[in-house]
Amino acid sequence: MSVAGYEALVEVQLRPGVADPQGATIEHALGALGFNGVSKVRAGKAFRLQVDAPDASAARRLVEEICARLLANPVIEVSAVSLEPLGEVA
Amino acid sequence: MAARVGVVVFPGTNCEHDVAEALEGLGAQAELVWHTATSVAAMDALVLPGGFAHGDYLRPGAIARFSPVMAAVQDFAAAGGPVVGICNGFQVLTEAHLLPGALQKNRGLSFLCQMTEVEVASDRSVLTAGVEVGRRLRLPINHFEGNYTADPSVLAELEAQSRVVLRYVDNPNGSDAAIAGICNEAGNVVGLMPHPERASSELLGSSDGLVLLQALLASAGRALAHNR
Amino acid sequence: MQAQPLHRELGLTDEEAASIERILGRRPNHLELAMYAVMWSEHCSYKSSKVHLRRLPTQGPGVLVGPGENAGVVDAGDGLAVAIRIESHNHPSAIEPYQGAATGVGGIIRDIFTMGARPIALMDPLRFGPLDDPHNRWVAAGVVSGISGYGNAVGVPTVGGELEVSGCYAGNPLVNVLCCGLMPKDRLVLGRASGVGNLAVLIGSATGRDGIGGVSVLASAAFGDDEATEAAKRPNVQVGDPFEEKRLIEATLELLGKHLVVGIQDLGGAGLTCATSETASRGGVGMDVDVTAVPLREPGLEPFEVMTSESQERMLAIVGPAQLAQVLEVCQRWEVQASVVGKVTAGGRLRVLAGWGGEVLADVPAASLHEDAPVYNRPMRRPAWLDERAADDPARLPPPAGLQGTTEDLLALLVDPSWAYRQYDHQLFLNTVVAPGADAAVLRLSAPGARPPADRPPRGLALSTDGNPRWCALDPRAGTRLVVAESALNVACTGARPVALVNCLNFGNPEHPEVMWQLSEAVDGMAEACLGLGLPVVGGNVSLYNEARGRDIDPTPVVGVLGLLDRLAPGTPTPGFTPGSRVLLVGGAATSLAGSRWAVQRHGHLGGRLPPLDLDLHARLLALVAGLVNDRLVDGVHDLSDGGLGLAVAEMAVKSGTGCHLGGVEGHQGLFGEGPSRVLVSVPPRHLAAVVARASSAGVPYAELGTGGGDRVVVEGLVDVSVAEATAAWRGALPAAFSAP
Repeated sequence: MSVAGYEALVEVQLRPGVADPQGATIEHALGALGFNGVSKVRAGKAFRLQVDAPDASAARRLVEEICARLLANPVIEVSAVSLEPLGEVA
Repeated sequence: MAARVGVVVFPGTNCEHDVAEALEGLGAQAELVWHTATSVAAMDALVLPGGFAHGDYLRPGAIARFSPVMAAVQDFAAAGGPVVGICNGFQVLTEAHLLPGALQKNRGLSFLCQMTEVEVASDRSVLTAGVEVGRRLRLPINHFEGNYTADPSVLAELEAQSRVVLRYVDNPNGSDAAIAGICNEAGNVVGLMPHPERASSELLGSSDGLVLLQALLASAGRALAHNR
Repeated sequence: MQAQPLHRELGLTDEEAASIERILGRRPNHLELAMYAVMWSEHCSYKSSKVHLRRLPTQGPGVLVGPGENAGVVDAGDGLAVAIRIESHNHPSAIEPYQGAATGVGGIIRDIFTMGARPIALMDPLRFGPLDDPHNRWVAAGVVSGISGYGNAVGVPTVGGELEVSGCYAGNPLVNVLCCGLMPKDRLVLGRASGVGNLAVLIGSATGRDGIGGVSVLASAAFGDDEATEAAKRPNVQVGDPFEEKRLIEATLELLGKHLVVGIQDLGGAGLTCATSETASRGGVGMDVDVTAVPLREPGLEPFEVMTSESQERMLAIVGPAQLAQVLEVCQRWEVQASVVGKVTAGGRLRVLAGWGGEVLADVPAASLHEDAPVYNRPMRRPAWLDERAADDPARLPPPAGLQGTTEDLLALLVDPSWAYRQYDHQLFLNTVVAPGADAAVLRLSAPGARPPADRPPRGLALSTDGNPRWCALDPRAGTRLVVAESALNVACTGARPVALVNCLNFGNPEHPEVMWQLSEAVDGMAEACLGLGLPVVGGNVSLYNEARGRDIDPTPVVGVLGLLDRLAPGTPTPGFTPGSRVLLVGGAATSLAGSRWAVQRHGHLGGRLPPLDLDLHARLLALVAGLVNDRLVDGVHDLSDGGLGLAVAEMAVKSGTGCHLGGVEGHQGLFGEGPSRVLVSVPPRHLAAVVARASSAGVPYAELGTGGGDRVVVEGLVDVSVAEATAAWRGALPAAFSAP
C-alpha cells in the first residue's frame, strides 16, 4: 500500500469565550500605537509537522489525534488542522 | 549631592521597590518614573528594573518598548546618560534596539531562580567602571527568557569592543558566549540578566551586587559633573 | 425522560429548596435559585464542616482578625501586622493543571491585599499521584508551571511548600496555596459595606462565562469517573491574568492607603453574588445591584451568569459618593477598569436590577445567602478497617539487608525539591533570608508601603506548611496533632516563635460517614495541639469531595504556621553539618515505623500505632531550639520528620556538602522510625557545654550521636555512603521522575 506525505499546519487557540489576557493586552497596545479599528485579537500557537499516511483523511485523523492528545488541552483550547500533500514517499 | 536615579516602572514591573531600596541604601535618591512620563532629563541615571512589563505578553519587552517613557529613555541615552536594564529591563532595551541581540527562552525551557556566579568581563561600562576585570560576583538570576542570542557578527563585535560586561562562570541558560550582560558602544547603556539589587545584603546571602550599583552611582556622578 | 427540577440541577437538595421558599415567602425565580445554589454550596457555606470547625481555638493575644474574614491578621509589633490565609484549588487543577494552579494563586493573593496587606510570600503544599504515571506527571508539571507563571509575573515570591506523592492523589491532586502579606496596622480594612447611599464599585477584569456554577458543581461533586462527566464541566475553567492582578494589587493598596474606600471584598467563589451579599450582611445593610452596569467580556450573558460568574481578577469596593472621582482616578492611573454597579441600601435586601429603576430581577435578604445556609451534622462512623490497620505492626516488615540494603533504602527516600522551587521567584522584595529547602522559610519583616521603623534592627517572620496523610490515615486525631507539632517545630528551628496557624482541610466525600469521622477527629487533634502550644487558628479552608474513581483521599489536613523573629542576623543556621562540630539529637525518644515514609515507600505498608506526643515537652523544645538558634550556639539544625533520623542526617549532609560519623542508632527502626519533638543540631565544640546545660535546664532529653565532617555519611552499622553519591541521588530524584518516558 502506498503512503503519501502531508504537511500539516495546526493552529491552537483558546476556546471562544475563554479569557485571553494576552490577546486583550496586545489589542490594547495596538490601540495605543494608533492602529484603530482592530478588534477581537486572540493569541494562539501554530505548529507545522509532516506526517505519512495512506490518504488525506487518514492524515487528518492522525493530526487531529495528535492535537487532542498533546498539542491542545481540549479543556480550554480548540485546534484547527490544514493539510497540504507533499507527494508520494517510498 | 545624592545622585537622582529614575527607576522606570511599566505596568507589570515588579522589582522597582527593590532597586530603589538598594540604591537608597547606597545614599542615592531613587524616584519611580511611571511609563507615561515624557521626560527623564532631571535624572542622573536610569534603571529599568525587572518584572513582567505588560505581562510579558507577546514577547518580554515587546509592548513596553512603545511606552511613552521609552522615547525619553532614548534621548537620555543618546545624551550619554547612564541607563541600566536589569532582567526584564534588559529585555526591554533589546526590543527597543538600544542594545543588540535578543533574550530567548532558557536552554532548559524552564524558569530559573537561583544564585549564579558571574565574572566581570569588561570595565568599560557605567555598571563596571572601576571594577576589576576578572572579579567574580555572586548574583541571583530570575528569568525564563535569559538566553542571550545574537548574530555571529554581533557577537564578534561585542567581543572586539569589550562590550561583554558580565559572563556566567557556569552558563545556566544557554546564552551565547555565556553572556550575562552587555553594553552599547559608548558604555553608558547596560543590560544584564542577574539582579544586583538581590545581592545587596549579607542577610540575603550576598552583597556582591553593591559593587555594581556603586559603580553606577559613581558614573551618574561623573555624568552629572560633565553635564553641569 | 423527566428533566430534574431546576434546584437539583443547580446542586440544591429538596429541603434546601424548601427552606429558600420559606425565607422568601414565595417560590424563588431562576436567578434567585442560582444565587442560593452557589452561596449554599459546600465551598461557600462550609455546611458540612461548620459544626466541627467551631471547636478550633481562635483567640490569642496577637490576633487582630480571626477566621471568617478574607484572611487572618496577626499583630507583628512596630505598627505592622501580618495577614495570612491558605486555600485549596484541588478540583480546578485536576482538569486544567496550569490554569487551576494559576487561578488558585491569584485568588489567595486577592484575599490578602483585600485586607490592606501587600502580599509578600506564597507557599505551595502540593500532592500528586505517583509520577510513574504520565497523567500524574502532566498534572504535576502543569501545576508547578502555573504557580511559577502566575506567581512570578504577579510579583509575589513563592518561598516554600511541599511536593508529595501518594497513590491516593491520582485523579485528585491537592493544590493548596498559602499567602501572607504585611501591612501598617492602620491600613486594615474589612469586607463590609456601610453607609446607606454609598456605592459599590466593581474593579478589574470584565466578566465572562467563567466558572459559572463552579463552586456549586466543581467543588461539591466528585469527578474523574468518566470522560462524559469531565466534558460536561469543561466550560467552567477560568484563565488567570497575572498582569491584571498586578495592577489590581497596586490600585487596591493605593485606594486603601489613601482611605478612599469604606470596605472592600475580592470576588472569588460565587462571584458578585458572594461579594455583594457578604459585604452587605456583614455591614448590616442591603444592596441594589445593577446587573446591566457590569462590564462584560462577551455579549449576551444572562443575569444569573453575571451574578455567579467567577471571572478572575475582580474586586468590589464600597465607596462614599464624595470619594468616587478619586477612586476612579486611581484606577485609571493603574489602568484597571472601574464601574459603579451597586448602591448600599437600608433594610438588608439584596436586589438585582435591570438598570437603575428597572425591573427587579431578584430580591432576597442579603444575610440569608450565607447566614441561613444549611448546617449539616452529617453522620459519622469510625472506619471499620482502622483497628485492623492499627494491629498491623510494621515491626513485621523485613529489615533492610545489612549496611548496603539500609543505605539503599535511605538513598531511595532522598528527594531534592529544588526542581520545583527553582521555577519560582523566591527572592522578590529583598526579604528572603532562608530560601526554600530548609525547615521553614525566613523573611525580613518589611514590604513596600509597610516598612518597620528605620531605627529598629531587622525583624523577621518564618513560615512552614506541613501535612502527612500517612499519619492521618492511621489516626486522624493523633496524626493531625503530630502535623501541627511538626510545623511549629519547623518554625522554631529558624529561631522563630510560632504565633498563629492556618489550615486547609482536604478530605474525601462528606456523605461518607467515615470521611466525616476523619474530619471531626482531625479538627479535635488540631484543637488539642493548638491549645497545648498556644497557637491560635486564624483562618482555614475546607476542601471536601476529594475522591476519584470511588476512592476518598487519605485525610490530609495541611497546616501553615507563622512565626515571628525578634532579631534577624546573617548566618541563620540551616540544615547542615560543619567539620568538627558535634551532632546532638535533642528531644523525645519515642518513634515508630507506623505510617513512616520508609514503611509506605519501601514496602507499601500502612499500619501500626503512631507514637505519642507530649505537648508540654514539645513546647519546651520549641523554646529551647529557638534560643539555641538565635544565640548561634548551633551551626546547623534540622527537625526530624518523615523519613526519621536517617533522612534528616542525609539531608544535612547533602545540603552542606559535609559528611558525618554517627553512632548509637538502633537498627532500621531507629534510623527510619518517625516521632515528634526531635531535632538534630550541629554544635561547635566550644558551645557544647552551653547547649547541654540549656537542654538539661529545659528538661529536654538529648543524646550525642557523633561528629560532622569528612566526605562520607556514616551511621555505624547502618549507613555508609559518600556525600557525592547521596547528593546525586537527592538531586536526580525529581528530574528522573519527570523525564520518564
